[in-house]
Amino acid sequence: MVTEAAVWDALAEIPDPEIPVISLVDLGVVRDVAVEGARVRVEFTPTFLGCPALEVMRDAMAEKVRELGGEPDVQVINDDSWSTDRISAEGREKLRESGFAPPAPRGESKPTLVQLQSAVFRCPYCGSTDTRLENIFGPTPCRSLRYCASCRQPFEQFKTI
Amino acid sequence: MSERAQRLLELADDELILGWRDSEWTGVAPSLEEDVAFSSIAQNEIGHARALYELAARDLETTADELAFDRDPSEYRSAPLVELRRMDWAHTIARHWLYETADEIRLESLKASEDAEVAGLAAKMDREEAYHRMHAAMWVGRLRGDERFETAVDDLWPYALGVLPEEQRGELAERIGRPVVDAVERGGHSDELRELWEEMTMVRRSVPGATW
Repeated sequence: MVTEAAVWDALAEIPDPEIPVISLVDLGVVRDVAVEGARVRVEFTPTFLGCPALEVMRDAMAEKVRELGGEPDVQVINDDSWSTDRISAEGREKLRESGFAPPAPRGESKPTLVQLQSAVFRCPYCGSTDTRLENIFGPTPCRSLRYCASCRQPFEQFKTI
Repeated sequence: MSERAQRLLELADDELILGWRDSEWTGVAPSLEEDVAFSSIAQNEIGHARALYELAARDLETTADELAFDRDPSEYRSAPLVELRRMDWAHTIARHWLYETADEIRLESLKASEDAEVAGLAAKMDREEAYHRMHAAMWVGRLRGDERFETAVDDLWPYALGVLPEEQRGELAERIGRPVVDAVERGGHSDELRELWEEMTMVRRSVPGATW
């Protein structure tokens, strides 16, 4: 008998295909796990709709469920339930340690250009906030590029969405 | 076709075709930053198209790929604004700004829809579109008042109005700061769309029914 806790633990071992330091569970994209007999339903939400890793993540989750002896039913839910505020505290720390500045809290309001251009984002290498926006867009849709004037290091900033 | 499926297809076709046009800057944009920006924006728009086609495909009992690639160009519901090809940078930024502003009005209305699936997807799209709007705003801040840019906005203005239904055009006119004029409406297509379609569907048509 597969338990929901065992499925959550197994899913927590799947790294994000593009930022492998963080797991899908840390990222907060696994929305729900429900076990009915042998059938295991996993609901997940992509971070960005154009994420090219969507199929890879779906297959990896199905494979983990099969390893536990369950029949996977992985559903992709495209609704408004995910924001970067759902990345766990541990996930944020893992991002920072790897040189990706974790997303600023979204709170109630949308991010703005003025905010992005202000020096409130912290460099993941030296901790300085003397950083500037280089490009709103980066190597994947979820990241921006910034430059730290203090340690002269460019770095990737996870976008707040 | 239901009203819902028709509206979903209009939006999906706009995002797919514009995504394709944006991707034409990959490798040849005026700077590396813009190469990355337009490629990333293209990826987002095509991702939105996929999610919208999937929703429409369920209603129409088909698949997202068939909707995206197997219709004749004359059946696409895209606005002529997104079909225009290989414009100079002034026109590219003008279209980007005009489209994103129109799209924001459209998404605001869809987010308030009673259809929970459509409202949910629109809200998710809007989180990403916020960054497209910031990018457009940054460029408009640089180019506003420049003669080439203002001429480009004038050229494209009737096309921009055609992105939205009539009742939303007044709002667009207010946000852009130009009067409502006769729009270039959906339904008619240029030869440019057929050229794009031939390139976009070439691989799929080469082996019909193949699983990739």
